[in-house]
Amino acid sequence: MTALDDLMRRLLWLPDARSTFAVPVDRLHFFVITVTMIASTITGLLAFIFFFKYRARRPKQSTPVVVPSVKFELVVIGVPLFFFLLWFVQGFKDYVWYTTPPKNATDVYVMAKKWMWKFSYGGEGPNAIGTLHVPANRPVRLLMTSRDVIHSFFVPDFRIKQDVLPGRYTETWFEATKPGRYQILCSQYCGTWHSQMWGEIVVMPGPEYDQWMIDQKRGLAERVDTGGDDGPSFHGSIVEYGKKIAMAQGCVKCHSLDGEPHIGPTWLDLYGKREVLESGDTIVVDEAYLTDSMIDPRGKIVKGYKPVMPTYKGRLAAPEAAALVEFIKSLRTQNLETVPSKEAIYEPAKPAPRK
Amino acid sequence: MSQPSQLHENKPPVYPAVNYLNADRGVWSWLTTIDHKRIGVMYLISVMIAFLLGGIFAMALRVELLTPGPTIMGANTYNRMFTLHGVVMIFLFMIPAIPGVFGNFCLPLMLGAKDVAFPKLNLLSLYLYWTGATLVLAGMVMGGTDTGWTFYTPYSTTTPTTLFPVLLGIFILGFSSIVTGLNFIVTIHTLRAPGMGWMRMQLFVWAIYATSIIQVLATPVIGLTVLLVGIEKVGGFGLFDATRGGDPVLFEHMFWFYSHPAVYIMVLPAMGVVSEAIAAFSRKNIFGYKMIAYSSLGIAFVGFFAWGHHLFVSGQSPFNDGAFAVISMLVGVFTAIKVFNWVATLYRGAIAVKTPLIYICGFLFFIVFGGMTGIAVATVSLDVHWHDTYFVIAHFHFIMVGAVIMAFLIAVHYWFPKMFGRMYHEGWGMVAASLIVLGFNATFIPQFLLGNAGMPRRYYMYPERFQALNVASTAGASLLAFGFVIILIYLIYALVRGEVAGDNPWDSRGYEWMTTSPPPKHNFDETPIITKDPHSYQEPGEEVEHVVI
Repeated sequence: MTALDDLMRRLLWLPDARSTFAVPVDRLHFFVITVTMIASTITGLLAFIFFFKYRARRPKQSTPVVVPSVKFELVVIGVPLFFFLLWFVQGFKDYVWYTTPPKNATDVYVMAKKWMWKFSYGGEGPNAIGTLHVPANRPVRLLMTSRDVIHSFFVPDFRIKQDVLPGRYTETWFEATKPGRYQILCSQYCGTWHSQMWGEIVVMPGPEYDQWMIDQKRGLAERVDTGGDDGPSFHGSIVEYGKKIAMAQGCVKCHSLDGEPHIGPTWLDLYGKREVLESGDTIVVDEAYLTDSMIDPRGKIVKGYKPVMPTYKGRLAAPEAAALVEFIKSLRTQNLETVPSKEAIYEPAKPAPRK
Repeated sequence: MSQPSQLHENKPPVYPAVNYLNADRGVWSWLTTIDHKRIGVMYLISVMIAFLLGGIFAMALRVELLTPGPTIMGANTYNRMFTLHGVVMIFLFMIPAIPGVFGNFCLPLMLGAKDVAFPKLNLLSLYLYWTGATLVLAGMVMGGTDTGWTFYTPYSTTTPTTLFPVLLGIFILGFSSIVTGLNFIVTIHTLRAPGMGWMRMQLFVWAIYATSIIQVLATPVIGLTVLLVGIEKVGGFGLFDATRGGDPVLFEHMFWFYSHPAVYIMVLPAMGVVSEAIAAFSRKNIFGYKMIAYSSLGIAFVGFFAWGHHLFVSGQSPFNDGAFAVISMLVGVFTAIKVFNWVATLYRGAIAVKTPLIYICGFLFFIVFGGMTGIAVATVSLDVHWHDTYFVIAHFHFIMVGAVIMAFLIAVHYWFPKMFGRMYHEGWGMVAASLIVLGFNATFIPQFLLGNAGMPRRYYMYPERFQALNVASTAGASLLAFGFVIILIYLIYALVRGEVAGDNPWDSRGYEWMTTSPPPKHNFDETPIITKDPHSYQEPGEEVEHVVI
């Protein structure tokens, strides 16, 4: 089966399949494209054969009236529909799997700008431009945003692609199956050097990656960070950076870090918590919700809290928002409870109760 | 033609002394005409110029892509060039081509009418087209737009290049499209000849009817969308700007809400042309008339709900992705019905293998391959890899060039004697047709493979591993271009020196052939009365063999 897969890959000029997602995608690809080639060749050939077989033999030659039977109509509608739906079901199944990152994935923040890719590791990891180091055979989740126009993160060897949008986080994930170097291409047109917005994923064997990460953390103190024009440059891990921003922006005036109720929900154990909103909906606090709440705090208010938080739109650069999210994610006790936040102690002036 | 075809009767054909071409003289009589045939001819000249321009840009792009690095132009020029290619080909050629030229010329003839319902509006639509086209081209000369024909925000609202004239041009072109569509709908409803019920209309009329509905309903959305981008660009309201609370993906939804149905504005008339030509050249009742007619309406309807398949990797919810995928596949089912019916029409026909037949053979292969690769990219898990790569480019060129331009060429060759009363050289026609079918395959099959290999679209420079396929594609494109040049030469020659064709050189039963070729100014000397079903090749009293398959 793999030998046949490899042969098909060579015939179709597909790159090697180097992620867990690539294998089912390629199999379905082979199925669909083979049927396509057979169907179109038969159609073209049949027309061509008919040209000779039924060529006009005399002027004003009369022809029979050919009409379809019900059976013919059913076949004509049924056969294509059967194949199309079959492909849809298989494709959608794979796709749902692909859009659901596993819980144990390593998180990496991706920030796209004209015309480069920047990476920041969750937890205490380093930052990088252009090159992303990941472990083989472990899921990696990418949380991506753009600081200018729409870009798209495309790794042909992994068969993954995800648009990277300004003002919004999108995510994708992959599990590389073989150590090596794989190209990242931008596939959404983004201006003059769109065609040069390349990066590289370096997939390392697990233990080697762990050692690399340790080395990186050790070297962080001496490293000169290349924050560039994305905000103040910062030496150290993304979590420390996030903490610094939380202090500087005054977040901690309303959000406690130790679980104490305050004006806003506490940040301790906030990530991953299930919250009931004012609207009655239930949400899980994830990266998207945290980022949304910085940009549009009044959009989704947790039940029991007042819409008093100002917007931080335009006041936080994309890497700063990412750092804040990472900081919040780092605040957790051993036993994460998935219960709603305790009610706020903040009671704005209410109209005096009528006597 | 050097010798009369065996299908012709043996009396020498006559060129009608007075016809719509010479009834009035002078340039002014053309510019102020309200004759649908003359408007059709002027559309023909206009869209051919647009096609020539778009083709030159395409060749420039292909030459640039011969090497991985810079070849003949800089990055910014390349980006303007592919924008120009897309905008000119789509808005100035593909959308007006078949409805503007052959819809205008043939529709009233096919209905047995003297003209369209609103002849002056018809002329207005041509002037709107010229105004829009001038603005688009002026914008390109003034500095050039580098956004691609898709104008995605926030790139388009932040690019330093000139955008406004192009957007305004497209806005005005939209009105041309709406006016034409409205005119055709009213014409079809009100001006059918006595005896012509809805089920006696030719299939080209059905196709134009379905197209017109899309034009009228969808085009306002693109007008609105480009206007919003223009306002945003000039006024800075932040509608699509995330930093000011806007949403760039909203633009994508609005853009594709028009631009996906727009594909059917291009493809449906092409399908109508093929139905006409297949019936005429196989001397046969079209197989499954009602299925073809209704599937046109079916495509027009479901085509409105398929736009989301352009946004599978945009961060849209997986549920939406799935829903849009299934709806997109329905378009494939309707198309499959038509393809089966066309092939079945050839079955047991009396086929005259002429130039248009070569294109029909190519068309059938291209539409099945192009259509089914469309199903392939609508299969969500597969689209993730193919999205925004050359696979998608190859897929839609199979539909746009492989199906629509083949059909345009079928129409040009089938109706050339109708329009001008003269014949082109059959031998050269065959040569050019074979060259084009071959060149087309050589151009776009390598692009499918490039997409598989992972080459994204709109790439000025590319990694070296993609070079071999790019060179192959450019080689194919030059064959294709060569074919078009041959056509241009023999058609111009035929206009002047071509043999007189006679009123009905194909012995077609299409109603448009009931009058002289070229037709008189008022189409019919007396109003025709329709007594038979369309595409009927049975003589009265003839014993007809009925076959059920």
